[in-house]
Amino acid sequence: MCQEANFNLGNDVMEAFKKFQETETSLTGKEILQILIKNAEIAQEEQAPMCQDTGFAVVFVELGQDVRIEGGNLEDAINEGVRQGYVEGYLRKSIVGHPLERKNTGDNTPAVIHTKIVPGDKLRIIVAPKGGGSENMSAIKMLRPADGVEGVKKFVVDTVKAAGPNPCPPVVVGVGIGGTFEKAALLAKEALLREIGSKSKYPDIAKLEEELLEEINKTGIGPQGLGGRTTALAVHIEIFAAHIASLPVAVNLNCHAARHKEIVL
Amino acid sequence: MTQIRLTTPLTDEMVEKLRIGQQVLLNGTIYTGRDAAHKRLVELIKQGKELPFDPKGQVIYYVGPTPAKPGKVIGSCGPTTSYRMDPYAPELYAQGLKATIGKGKRSPEVIKALKQYKGVYFAAIGGAAALIAKSIKSAKVIAYEDLGAEAIHELVVEDFPVVVVNDVLGGDLYEEGIEIYAAK
Repeated sequence: MCQEANFNLGNDVMEAFKKFQETETSLTGKEILQILIKNAEIAQEEQAPMCQDTGFAVVFVELGQDVRIEGGNLEDAINEGVRQGYVEGYLRKSIVGHPLERKNTGDNTPAVIHTKIVPGDKLRIIVAPKGGGSENMSAIKMLRPADGVEGVKKFVVDTVKAAGPNPCPPVVVGVGIGGTFEKAALLAKEALLREIGSKSKYPDIAKLEEELLEEINKTGIGPQGLGGRTTALAVHIEIFAAHIASLPVAVNLNCHAARHKEIVL
Repeated sequence: MTQIRLTTPLTDEMVEKLRIGQQVLLNGTIYTGRDAAHKRLVELIKQGKELPFDPKGQVIYYVGPTPAKPGKVIGSCGPTTSYRMDPYAPELYAQGLKATIGKGKRSPEVIKALKQYKGVYFAAIGGAAALIAKSIKSAKVIAYEDLGAEAIHELVVEDFPVVVVNDVLGGDLYEEGIEIYAAK
């Protein structure tokens, strides 16, 4: 799964490249989108990583409550899978074991694992390798309820502007609104798993997604930050209930290599 | 757009002529380096010790490639974000380094160093790593093998496509791009 996610860019992203090529006004911007399509084609053909940053293995697990795992520990099994995938697939080992000592673990483990218990007898696993460049440009802010939707919009657009060329635009913008500090961040990450261009199920949030995408694409940052009207391919927002005192907003940026692979067992 | 073909080592005269927005095809030997390798290089400079390669006229590519598959020269190898090397870059330009290749904005200190020491900053296309690998003809690790992907590699490149983002005049292509394309 780690290898497939890194070698094969999803059709949704490819379609988005093509769609934005038509509306991009910068010639350089158009050219860059074409290069990204070509790069993804080469990666798929040669089964080579589309980007050298093959990411932190972020794994979402939905464990049906009727499932019983035997013969070992689920987290160990996931880490063993990541280890084999990255070593045997010639993927880059980008993880240091201690954030301050910074010695590489040599096999890209440990994975970041988010587990949810859900009804049913299935086990759903999503592997989303996350690049460091775009992760570094992500941000979270605890807004005041009085800041409202305008405050949310400003924070999201400001985060994309501050990131500029760094996160490899065109980006996918994952936004989490509500919950607590950590819940907002997780919602933003989950928003990145959605198919590019899919809409929120809440009409008001779907409208906000559309408005933000338009606003972000007016910044002029463009593909690779070299100027243009394609700064983001999509804005995805997930929401959750909030405390009467709080309006947390998290913005998780993803580069154009929006990779994920899913299986259901 | 016209492309300028340059072969390393680069001279002051070659670098002085470059302007933001120009597309350059690089040829010859270049070196790789990112966070951990830069930290070691600058420590050596501070101690007055010799570097693993002579930076005069040279180019450093900010990249940590994926491992080469059997029969391949190198794995995928697109640029990493450059600002993380900003604290170290002026010291290297002062040693005669002529260019760096990465992606993303540079600090005012780096832009000042480019003017002062006659250097340029190029961007390669972030995320086009499988495609970029095709312009790399040979690769060998020359220092810091213990750093894995972060080791310093000596690469021989052929028509490696880059664009001039910051030049000796203090120009900045990222700023200019926003000025032209932002909705007024």
